[in-house]
This record gives sequence, structure tokens and C-alpha cells, in this order.
Amino acid sequence: MAARIQVPPQAKRGEPMPVRIIIQHPMETGYRHDEVGHPIKRNVIRELSCRYDGVEVFRADLSSGIAANPYIQFYTVPEASGVLELSWIDDEGVRGSERAPVVVA
Amino acid sequence: MRLRAAAALALALCTGASAQERALPLDRLKSGSDFLGADLRALQSDDIANPAMLWVERGAKMWSERAGSAGRSCADCHQDAAKTMRGVAAWYPKYDAARGRLLNLEGRINACRVEHQGAQPFKHESEELLSISAYVASQSRGLPIHVGIDGPARPHFEAGRAAYYRRRGQMNLACAQCHEENWGKRLFAETLSQGQPNGYPAYRMEWQTLGSEERRLRACLSGVRAEMLPYGAPEYLDLELFLAWRAQGLKIESPAVRR
Amino acid sequence: MKRREFIAAAASLALAPRLAGAEDNAIAPIDPKDPDVQSVTKGAPIRAGRVKLELPPLADNGNSVAMKLSVESPMTAQDHVRAVHLFSERNPVRHMAAFHLGPKSGRAEIASRIRLAGSQKIIALAEMSDGSFWAGSASVVVTLSACLDES
Repeated sequence: MAARIQVPPQAKRGEPMPVRIIIQHPMETGYRHDEVGHPIKRNVIRELSCRYDGVEVFRADLSSGIAANPYIQFYTVPEASGVLELSWIDDEGVRGSERAPVVVA
Repeated sequence: MRLRAAAALALALCTGASAQERALPLDRLKSGSDFLGADLRALQSDDIANPAMLWVERGAKMWSERAGSAGRSCADCHQDAAKTMRGVAAWYPKYDAARGRLLNLEGRINACRVEHQGAQPFKHESEELLSISAYVASQSRGLPIHVGIDGPARPHFEAGRAAYYRRRGQMNLACAQCHEENWGKRLFAETLSQGQPNGYPAYRMEWQTLGSEERRLRACLSGVRAEMLPYGAPEYLDLELFLAWRAQGLKIESPAVRR
Repeated sequence: MKRREFIAAAASLALAPRLAGAEDNAIAPIDPKDPDVQSVTKGAPIRAGRVKLELPPLADNGNSVAMKLSVESPMTAQDHVRAVHLFSERNPVRHMAAFHLGPKSGRAEIASRIRLAGSQKIIALAEMSDGSFWAGSASVVVTLSACLDES
């Protein structure tokens, strides 16, 4: 499952930096039907979390009310250079993760 | 009098495509993004938030992956796509003399796969084909569409043009009636666009995923309650050639965001 | 409904607005007695203010609409936003999302893209570290596609 993380090329110590993430996922609502009328089973990313050097800095509980290929921008304050790790799980139990290095000046 | 007629004929023959009667003048062309609200227009120009870029990123990975019996990757022949693929999407659909048929970008990618990689062609609208075509098309962002309709391409162009003006479906509508005669006007709450192809493959909100121009044409057929021709039907290719000619000069925005 | 239950319900209805509007003139854009909301607030009062929710007034397509929310908060260990919840008036799933923040967030500002089942009001409900709840809202008109697409 593809995902992208964008952080500033260089972050300032102790200052909030924007983190932008996007995950390739249909966020299937469960309310759609296929071409022969059968309901398409619901499958959304129900939880995603972001850890900075192992410490959780952001968490989101999502539902079908979040658009397909979910995009979220949030802020976090880095104290030192490290690695941001994004992980998620969907209704079918499929997990995904993506990491991005953060450089702090 | 005879001299003037001969001069006019000579001029017509020399200018090629521009000598074709254009119902939509070149200076009135408008991209699909001109008909989007501010939110979606902003989304298209945001390379992280634009979901279409997820497919471009996958395409970039696939570019270097070895495939088929030849064990070759696209990169093995084409090296850096940013250099070698720049401008390529702008001249498709194109009549391929070596292969003796009209090809769009997807068809050309599959021809490469079969002939040079010894691999199975990607299925229509498959995630793989969408990813690679989005990646290749994105290398031509900002470049104007410019296709050839002369020689062996001419019968395809004529067939495409005839299809564009032919009424079809329960609603008995031709493409031209919405996109040429009534663009800019409202259909329910939507403003009709000119139906230009310069953004494809595009992330269409209605599909909640990336899709090809062919899929968009199928969507139009279902919109006028006409039978959707199967993927790969030659009518789509002919129409794509006509649409590209009609869009000449419009800058490529692939992968765009559309409603 | 039994007489006792009716009187209790009427009494709490009379009390509720007074609790919610005790310190602020603005009326919270959300019904504190709504069961979906109560599962989050556990009956705590909700005040209007501090939460700004931005949505485009007109959405091209309900499948994906830009949403931006921000909450006034120093985001210190002593005083920060614990979570922001999104509620829909019309969607089949009314509790759309919950974003969990903390002092490490630095700013209580979130942007995302949401799905809307038609024109409606969306409410952002912020839970503070001191246990208080604040709400803001925004309305969107959602247009439907003109043509049926079975591609």
C-alpha cells in the first residue's frame, strides 16, 4: 500500500512543523454497489498513528466519512533529528507503514 | 480566378491540420481545470495532496523494475524518464508506422511490454497500466498537445470526428451538443466543460480513483444512456485522436484532478 | 413514556441550555444530548468558540471536500487540546473522525479531505486537557454529478 510523507527539508528545534501524509486506500464506504447490484464490502483505514522516534505524536480514528486516499496534515514539534513513522490498519486487518527522516537544525 | 483558387488549394494542403474546419477556435480552448472549483484546482497543483501522484509514484518505481522474459526494465532502454519521456504524451495518439496501427499512450506502453520486455500486456484500467501511464504522461506536464492526423492517421481522425458529431444513446446526444454547443452552460449544478483530454489519466472525484481517457469516454456513453463499448474498442482510439487534434495547443496537466 | 421520565426529561432540557451557555453568549452548534456526541462528552457541557472549521461553501463533489480545523490553544503540557472530533449532520456514519493531539503537537491544526453525503453542517468538537468541550461548525453545499457514470 503506497503512502507518502512530506516534512520540511529542515525543521527548527522546538517549533511546530507541518507533516503531510497521504495513503493509497479506497476507504470503501460499504454503501456502494457493484454493476450487478451486490453491495461492496466496507473497508476503511480505521486507525492511523504517527510516532517520532517511537513516541506517538499523532493518532486518528477514521471512518467512511474520510475521503478515499486519505490525506491529513497535522503538526508536531521535533526536538532533535529523527525518524517519523506512520502506520495504519484497515477494517480487513491489513497494516501498512511508511517512514520519513526529519532533519532538525 | 483560377490562380487564386490554386493558391488557396496550395495553402490548404500546406497547413495540414489547421486547414481542417475547427468548430472550436484555437483561441477559445479551455482546459477542464478552468471548470473546477477553487478547492479541486488547488488540489491538482499540490503534488502531495493530489491523490493522482500516488499512481505517479508507483509508476516511477515500476520504471526501474525488471519484467518479462527479457528481464528488462523501462529504465534499461529509456534511462531517466524526466529526460527521455518529456514531450512523449503530447503527441499521442499516434499512428505507429512500424506496427501498422493507431496507438494511444497506453497502447504504446503495452507494445513495449510485449515486444521489448517479453511480458504480458497490462490489462485495461489495471493499477499497473494506470501507474505507468500516469508516470509517463506527467513527464509532459506543461507541454502543448500536438498530434499528427495526416497520411495513415487520416481515416482514424475522420472516423473520430464523425463519432464526435454522431447522436447516440437514449438521450440521443452527440459529444458536440454538450461540449461544443453548450460548454460553459449549466447541466443541473455542473458547468459543462469543453471535454478536453489534456488531463488524462486523471483522478476523477466521481470514481474516487485514477482513470484513463478511455474510461472517461465510457462514462460519457453511460451518461447519455448509450451502450458502453468494451475497453479496447477502436472507436475510442479514433475519438481520442480527434479529441487530441481538437485540443492542440492545450498544455498537458496529467495527472489532473477532475470532478 | 412514564410521567416520572417525562418530568426528568423536561427538567434536564430546561437545565441544559443554562449549563452550556453559562459563560458564553454564543450557542454551541451541536446538541449536547445527541447520543453520538454524548459517547464522546459523557454529558459534559459544550461551549461555542475557540474552534474554527473551514470548508468550501460549495463542493464540486461530495466524495472529497477539503477540511481545515484549528483550535485556539497554547498546546502546553498544562493546557492543550486532547482530541478533535468531527460530526456530520447527514452522513450515515455521523462520528466522522477523531484526531488525537497532545503537547507534542505544537499546534492544534488539522487539514484533511472528507466525504459528504449531501449539503449539510459539519461540527468540530474539541476536547481540552482540562476536560472542557468547545465546538465550531461550517456548512457546505454539495453538488451532485449531472451525469450517471457506470464506467
